[in-house]
Amino acid sequence: MSLVERHHRAMVRLAGAYVPSAVAEEVAQEAWIGVVKGLHKFEGRSSLKAWIFRILINCAQFRGLREARAVPFSALECDAQDRAVPEERFLDAEHPRWPGHWAKYPEPWSDQRLISNETLAMVANAMEGLPLTQREVMRLRDVEGWTSAEVCEALEISEANQRVLLHRARSKVRRAIEPYMSGGEAP
Amino acid sequence: MSNEASMDITCQELVELVTDYSEGALSHEDRTRFEQHLVMCGGCKEYLREMRKTIAISRKLSDEDLPANVRDDLLALFRKWKAGSLR
Repeated sequence: MSLVERHHRAMVRLAGAYVPSAVAEEVAQEAWIGVVKGLHKFEGRSSLKAWIFRILINCAQFRGLREARAVPFSALECDAQDRAVPEERFLDAEHPRWPGHWAKYPEPWSDQRLISNETLAMVANAMEGLPLTQREVMRLRDVEGWTSAEVCEALEISEANQRVLLHRARSKVRRAIEPYMSGGEAP
Repeated sequence: MSNEASMDITCQELVELVTDYSEGALSHEDRTRFEQHLVMCGGCKEYLREMRKTIAISRKLSDEDLPANVRDDLLALFRKWKAGSLR
């Protein structure tokens, strides 16, 4: 049972990236059926965890709604939206002394807000708004605490792609909570 | 890249390198430049702290227990499997 306890919530959360949250629980249970049925076929070529999550992803994808696993090329292209910090926060490239430096330093964050439920809800919300691949990577790495090797294996992506996706995801979440964390009003 | 100034990284570049830095994916030279920049720049030091805090907050999203009904459903599933009715 400990295997289930260890992974089930994480599976539901990941399934939630593919299907509406109302069916995510169901998809995770389907995946467990797949796991018990297929256990005799598990060859130990990947970690058991990665194998279980592959089954989950297959089930979630089968429920339709999403395309194949490969990271679409467009997901790795960079546009202004993907900048970690908006351009206008920096002095421009023509600045005589400090091109590319902070126009004004980021404000320190409130320690009190760091541990508030409101902040937690804002982070959850910001993650919901991420593109699918970024959300998956950040969930597994930062919420579930997986290693990069485990994430690459389960999602079948390269280390370099994983880093790009993780970087975009974390940067956007930081951006989303920054105004509140540095003393602004809750949105 | 002959003069020293062009070897430095700017704050705008640094914020795009924080993940490569924390993942240990920077070359030795870039890592040194990154760390030298941090020593000199309070803004980037704060930025890196904020990224770490963001990660620490997101980690807390996993603190949920398995609801009892799910646990029971799954136990029933495994029992069925053990009894051979799932094959």
